[in-house]
Amino acid sequence: MQINEIQDELIEDFSLFDEWESKYEYIIDMGKQLAPLNEAYKTEENIIKGCQSRVWLHAYIEDDVLKFEADSDAIIVKGLVSMLVKVLSGHKPEEIAQADLYFMERIGLHQHLAQTRSNGLASMVKQMKTYGLAYQSINQ
Amino acid sequence: MSENLNIQQIRADFPILNEVINGKPLVYFDNAATTQKPRQVLDALLGYYEHSNANIHRGIHHLAEKATSEFEATRRRIQEFLNARLSEEIIFTYGTTDSINLVAQTYGRAFLKAGDEVIISTMEHHSNIVPWQMVCEETGAVLRVIPINDEGELLMDEYENMLSERTKFVSVVHVSNALGTINPVAEIIQKAHAVGAKVLIDGAQATAHIDLDVQALDCDFYTFSLHKLYGPTGMGTLYGKKELLDAMPPYRGGGEMIKEVTFEKTTYNELPYKFEAGTPNIADVVAAKAAFDYVDTLGKPHIAAYEHELLTYATDALQDIDGLRIVGQAKQKVSVVSFVMEGIHHQDIGVLLDQQGIAVRTGHHCTQPLMQRFGIAGTTRASFAVYNTTEEIDRLVQGLHKVKKMLG
Ligand SMILES: Cc1ncc(COP(=O)(O)O)c(C=O)c1O
Repeated sequence: MQINEIQDELIEDFSLFDEWESKYEYIIDMGKQLAPLNEAYKTEENIIKGCQSRVWLHAYIEDDVLKFEADSDAIIVKGLVSMLVKVLSGHKPEEIAQADLYFMERIGLHQHLAQTRSNGLASMVKQMKTYGLAYQSINQ
Repeated sequence: MSENLNIQQIRADFPILNEVINGKPLVYFDNAATTQKPRQVLDALLGYYEHSNANIHRGIHHLAEKATSEFEATRRRIQEFLNARLSEEIIFTYGTTDSINLVAQTYGRAFLKAGDEVIISTMEHHSNIVPWQMVCEETGAVLRVIPINDEGELLMDEYENMLSERTKFVSVVHVSNALGTINPVAEIIQKAHAVGAKVLIDGAQATAHIDLDVQALDCDFYTFSLHKLYGPTGMGTLYGKKELLDAMPPYRGGGEMIKEVTFEKTTYNELPYKFEAGTPNIADVVAAKAAFDYVDTLGKPHIAAYEHELLTYATDALQDIDGLRIVGQAKQKVSVVSFVMEGIHHQDIGVLLDQQGIAVRTGHHCTQPLMQRFGIAGTTRASFAVYNTTEEIDRLVQGLHKVKKMLG
């Protein structure tokens, strides 16, 4: 599936929830389902700055696509991280670098997450795209 | 619930309490970070810009005189509030952080030498750690730290053992922002003076709750921020004993703080202007007077008694929640409850309470060494002000049950 198709699917999933509880229960579930990140990757280098809680992001190339694995010590952030991994992981570096991430706003998460925490997520997105750019130039 | 205060009437003074957050009426429990402002303060702020605005101390026109006299009226009001001996002992700053930096950078740099000791405590806010680390690094003085017990109280024996003729400065917090502990500052000051050390008290969390008398305390410096005292942001106070302020070199250079400037030599203005370079935050200083008036009209003993009821109510109710542990159980506390919940990250608690319209603080509260002392990354903190109610605390408790259910 293309990046935008995955985003649209998430937007549709969220459109079913009309209460904040169901929305957050879904995010929490996503967090719980995220495959655990190997402890070896929970390094100082892989920590995303700007988060109140800690987020680790590990990136690698496999079969010409860029893959992400991530983790957080807070479950809601982990759920949001999990959604970002779901949307971006497994695509070509240039697709990731150029992706227009509109789903967060459409789901209403920007409005629901306080600025400090959004900033953390924003740094994570930025970091993912930076990886995209970096691997894109290596491939060329 | 309060005998001496009409809480509903007080709430009506704070327009922001009518806000609806995520579809629910706001419960504001982040008062230790900053309190909300009553209509009286907002009116004073607007009134200043509408009727008095001018630059102070220099103009000879009507508005300049009016603005100057309102500005100086706040200084005298603070003198009265702290029971300082002289109004020139009251220096306007941008806040507590700014005040502590002023003292560290002027008194510290002028009077500390290699081998001297500066004592702070484990429960200091970063604002009362970093400025001292900076000046210690520059001068070769040594920073020492008073330890605490598991309840979050200073170990006074250890403090006494630390004191010696090498001790030149003691800088401690009056009330801990992260734990709510009220420290025995009178005793701290007296013991420091016995070895000839000077003392600064960080009163950021104390001024809204505790009656103050800097002469009775005999502290050398006392600092606080107006925004934690129902007043405007960007404005604070440094109280200092005149003889010390006189002996200290100036801090920032510029307009207002000078007597005469030539390219060869500048002479400095007298107190308090020596420490107030540039155009100050006139509007907020003027509006701040309304905050002191507001607090004194309610009466600090009445505020303290009511907040103590809230603290007791909240402590009992929160302790009943399975897996919740209160961090900071000092015998003497202001209305701050910091807690951790087993298996739940404080950030998740904050996000889910916010969804329910409840504003709390989560994280390390700018006291990372204190969090390390307790072996935790952070806490969730509910801090109460005079406009909070037990019904709101009930909502917090329900909110936390919901958090547990959702994350369980
Ligand atoms: C104990 C204590 N000291 C210092 C400060 C710093 O105050 P300000 O940010 O107003 O300078 C705070 C504010 O949180 C505090 O709680």
